[in-house]
Amino acid sequence: MNDLSDLRITRRGVLKVGAVSATALAVPSVTTAQVSSSQPVQAPVISKLSFEVNGTLHSLDVDTRTTLLDALREHLHLTGTKKGCDHGQCGACTVIVDGQRINSCLSLAVMNEGAKISTIEGLGSKNALHPMQAAFIKHDGFQCGYCTPGQICSAVAVLDEIKQGIPSHVTADLTAQPQVTAEEIRERMSGNICRCGAYSNIVDAITDVAGRTA
Amino acid sequence: MKVFTFERAQTAESALAASKKSGAKFIAGGTNLLDLMKLEIETPGHLIDINGLGLDKIEALPDGGLRIGALVRNTALAADERVRRDYGVLSRALLAGASSQLRNKATTAGNLLQRTRCPYFYDTNQPCNKRQPGSGCSAIEGFSRQHAVIGASNACIATHPSDMAVAMRVLDAQVETLRADASTRTIPIADLHRLPGDTPHVEHILEPGELITAVTLPKPVAGTHIYRKVRDRASYAFALISVAAIIQPNGGGRVALGGVAHKPWRVEAAEAQLTSGADAFTKLLLANANPTHDNAFKLPLVQRTLAAVLADARKG
Repeated sequence: MNDLSDLRITRRGVLKVGAVSATALAVPSVTTAQVSSSQPVQAPVISKLSFEVNGTLHSLDVDTRTTLLDALREHLHLTGTKKGCDHGQCGACTVIVDGQRINSCLSLAVMNEGAKISTIEGLGSKNALHPMQAAFIKHDGFQCGYCTPGQICSAVAVLDEIKQGIPSHVTADLTAQPQVTAEEIRERMSGNICRCGAYSNIVDAITDVAGRTA
Repeated sequence: MKVFTFERAQTAESALAASKKSGAKFIAGGTNLLDLMKLEIETPGHLIDINGLGLDKIEALPDGGLRIGALVRNTALAADERVRRDYGVLSRALLAGASSQLRNKATTAGNLLQRTRCPYFYDTNQPCNKRQPGSGCSAIEGFSRQHAVIGASNACIATHPSDMAVAMRVLDAQVETLRADASTRTIPIADLHRLPGDTPHVEHILEPGELITAVTLPKPVAGTHIYRKVRDRASYAFALISVAAIIQPNGGGRVALGGVAHKPWRVEAAEAQLTSGADAFTKLLLANANPTHDNAFKLPLVQRTLAAVLADARKG
């Protein structure tokens, strides 16, 4: 009897979690539908904006609600940067702004006035790959490739952060220079989710670029 | 996302003046606020970008302490040489939270004011007293593995998600603010966050338009600084429980917990008992705990994690 009731509770717990995550995913479309059908639509607020992307200055008129991610993809048609979760949980939208990697889905475009932004398109080209791009290909650091632009932008930043001496959760001595180890790379890349599970090859690719063997 | 107007404040005065507009809200890193705006849980009518206020310095204080500007990013704070050397528990707590991408954006003040990650708070189809006062709490009878075990109420069992705040609580940090009438005040971090009671939507004691300008740390506290976080995966997850501790050679010291309450949980009056060991101390620290079926495991987890922390401290 005990076993049966335990099983029931566990199953109900699982169902409850399932319901929570399913409805959370459904929320954006539901609320959009409500806004367009039952409430008067408020006119969008348009704001002027200039920033530099991959060395080119762009001036845009954007709805204040536009994220940096949507400005890159929908306004500038730089679709290398990917939209995964749109909630800062997956890292697919990672770009480098003023030298630091961020989730472009969680930054308003208008908050990036004057910024210098690097996306995957700016790292290398088909004929002249960035060493990190070449290493991802060499080590088979992807399957479907959707998370890859974010992984590569993040990976480039990881090596820079280690060089700058920024510690991580796994750095044993906070006051010492952090080293490029597999453990450090795994921890520092934890904000980039790969649904295909190419993690071990990604670590190999980054290790290769860092000039060490895993 | 609801329509909003936007302005960049260049001075604290203009930020305070703008905060009087209807539905105004300050935005700094935006990593939590924008997430909630996309879900229309937060619906500000006017956003005031305060990133231009210059509150991004970490300064040494004459008393040996540190003043951390409200806009100092979590990465910059964790990596500051003085913080790494003298306030290791704070550096460790910051590095245990979120991802590098988020820490590069998230600010000191924003981290303190971030909202709970209770899944029912995020799910606008379910009742939640924090999101919609009076609608009920879905978590109490729902899935509550992550939720509070102490200091909660019949209205709300959400936890405060910050790691940084737990370390600041053990360091006796003070929060400096500028009020809408331009007066300033200093709030001990213990008093900043409220317990849920009957008004879980009121999460802190700040007044409308009140702006956090800095967090100050008293001069460094000697001892072994430890932040131990227990979570469902090894990185990039919120705490089930966490322990921030500064332990002295005799086994005494200070302890604050994360992941167990609506605010960082510390009971100074119990700390004299820390030398009696983790078991005796945890009984005092979590006296009157009222866990749910789903999260009763947090009580032994606190006791065992604290035992591990004390053992680590003995090793040095």
